[in-house]
Amino acid sequence: MSYRHAVGTRAYVFEDLRTLLAKATPIRSGDQLAGLAAESAEESVAARMALADVPLATFLHEMIVPYEEDEVTRLIMDTHDAPAFEPVASLTVGSFRDWLLSDEATSARLAAIAPGVTPEMAAAVSKLMRNQDLIAVARRCRVVTRFRNTIGLPGTMAVRLQPNHPADDPRGIAASIADGLAYGCGDAVIGINPVSDNMQVLADLLKMLDELISRLAIPTQGCVLTHVTSSLELINRGVPVDLVFQSVAGTEAANKSFGIDLAILREGLDAGRSLKRGTVGNNVMYFETGQGSALSAGAHHDVDQQTLEARAYAVCRAFEPLLVNTVVGFIGPEYLYDGKQIVRAGLEDHFCGKLMGVPLGCDICYTNHAEADQDDMDTLLTLLGAAGVNYIMGIPGADDVMLNYQSTSFHDQLYIRDVLGLKRAPEFEAWLAAQGITGTGGRLIAPGQALQLLGPLTEMAR
Amino acid sequence: MIPDEAWRRLSELTPARIALGRTGSGLPTSEAMKFALAHAQARDAVHAPLDPAVLATGLDDLGLAHLTVSSSAVSRHSYLLRPDLGRRLDAAGRNAVAAQRATGGVDLALVIADGLSARAAHTHALPVTAALLPYIRRNGWSLGPVTIVTQGRVAIGDEIGALLGARLVLVMIGERPGLSSPDSLGLYLTFSPEPGRTDGERNCLSNIHGAGMSADEAAFKAVWLMGEAFSRRLTGVSLKDESGAYISVTRDAGRPILPPPPDHSG
Repeated sequence: MSYRHAVGTRAYVFEDLRTLLAKATPIRSGDQLAGLAAESAEESVAARMALADVPLATFLHEMIVPYEEDEVTRLIMDTHDAPAFEPVASLTVGSFRDWLLSDEATSARLAAIAPGVTPEMAAAVSKLMRNQDLIAVARRCRVVTRFRNTIGLPGTMAVRLQPNHPADDPRGIAASIADGLAYGCGDAVIGINPVSDNMQVLADLLKMLDELISRLAIPTQGCVLTHVTSSLELINRGVPVDLVFQSVAGTEAANKSFGIDLAILREGLDAGRSLKRGTVGNNVMYFETGQGSALSAGAHHDVDQQTLEARAYAVCRAFEPLLVNTVVGFIGPEYLYDGKQIVRAGLEDHFCGKLMGVPLGCDICYTNHAEADQDDMDTLLTLLGAAGVNYIMGIPGADDVMLNYQSTSFHDQLYIRDVLGLKRAPEFEAWLAAQGITGTGGRLIAPGQALQLLGPLTEMAR
Repeated sequence: MIPDEAWRRLSELTPARIALGRTGSGLPTSEAMKFALAHAQARDAVHAPLDPAVLATGLDDLGLAHLTVSSSAVSRHSYLLRPDLGRRLDAAGRNAVAAQRATGGVDLALVIADGLSARAAHTHALPVTAALLPYIRRNGWSLGPVTIVTQGRVAIGDEIGALLGARLVLVMIGERPGLSSPDSLGLYLTFSPEPGRTDGERNCLSNIHGAGMSADEAAFKAVWLMGEAFSRRLTGVSLKDESGAYISVTRDAGRPILPPPPDHSG
């Protein structure tokens, strides 16, 4: 069906729900590239006004990607939790926004409705929200996950230690890990992006992570971010795999371009859990996402990139992940042009994920061909810290020397802890204190002393 | 061992920015300035224009025919926002390339494009080309004119290759500049090029720059892939780079020792 809104004497007509969603999206280059964006500022607001009047229940009847053609749509519809949805079932998108901002929407009530919130509902309401709304509501959504520690508790923020090396050199990687641990990073995961897809290289990296985590008795998990099929093969070969990683997107066709479907993710989940390597929980999946990936694969079904990103979180949600992060500025300026678009997208992604009950972290990042710099990352880091992001990246000096982009650094996470008083995952915080890497109030001791405490690691780097 | 010495040793193991020190939660001024400079250089690399004359002179010295054309992207701004335009020649370019088509086509077309780093094309495309030539001659592969492209993306090689009637196209293109590598070149090899080929139908060699893969190693690997591409009549995901089996690498030497050129002429 079509949707309309009149502004003065001008009547705006939107052909269907996906057109309405696309036109209502704050302007970004990827939707312009796809030819889906609003053609004027007024049209965009008219679309938002029309969207505000759409009942939430409409999203359960009008599919934006056909049910018959797309297994992600089928997942969303077939697993929708009607009882959880019931408290907000009579609301429109606009009155849902009002409810979310009201005192009615406590953390407990938000958690209760999460299984009833479809990605399209989350994306729709986010389009009516200003940045401060996205922060205020996300802050109240708590999603707590566990493997060897507890991530997402109120007042905490974890960090993925990302020790990448351009040649997968284990000694170089160990050197970056030592630096990161001395900065108190690594509670979300120690996660390596490998250059290679060679099984022996991947196995060696996983064995190194396993050895250092067990020798130092660190309450955290390791991950080599390789394709789910590679992780399955590694598990079959008896290699110690803590977390099963995969990049995912919001349509079946986009996932196919990544070489995956829901069935293979299910296999990954089952295989990961079969190892029983978690000590305090069994959230074993790690997913990465990012606006623009579906369009990039020509698999976007004429749906705007932010709505598709929220659909990727529906994929994640089905596999009870430990970690999910949007790699927000990685894809380049043809999808998110500048710092303003990256900041907005990071807040939208975090909000939509959290509203849906997904443990969202964020790789706050940009590439050198985007109109952005480290100041924009400081801005988004500060905003996401305020919004209660589950975790961020810790990369030496913010410069990933393998993937060629900039993210947040070991120093940056210290900054945001200082400014907002954010603690680490409690088990990891206790470990740092027990090692003497942190002293009073969780503050770091001098890096030289920390290195002595990490003796086994420096041995491995020799 | 004193701590500073230990950190210095660790930092020699990786190009990553470790052991930077800190003041409060922040970076010391000297490190903050180094980062700012690296970012400035990467930004400049993205926006610096390609100088086709430099490449043309170098190709003359190698005795290679060449022509210079433009994609449909009229500016850097348009190039960055419209990937589709960077994948297509403009009308003049299309005519110029089509005019160079030899009867019966050629085995191999070489393309040099600015991509996201003209600096990479300036610095590394000629050494790679020079390193390729002995292999190409030895294998007796016929070569079309080298096409220099401004505001070009990888897939523009498909159109150029098709217009030249090439069985295989090799695109040498500036990669997305990293903070530590503003001049990294990538090589993309596509069999039976024509518009509409997907990335899954290409083979890629990346990170060709001073601290990365050398021009000689890149040429060796590229020729290995070319030989496989000609004999198996395909490129892409089903063609894995196994040239490493022919290269011995010792950890301390850093650089691989290349065997004699592979011979695919038989």
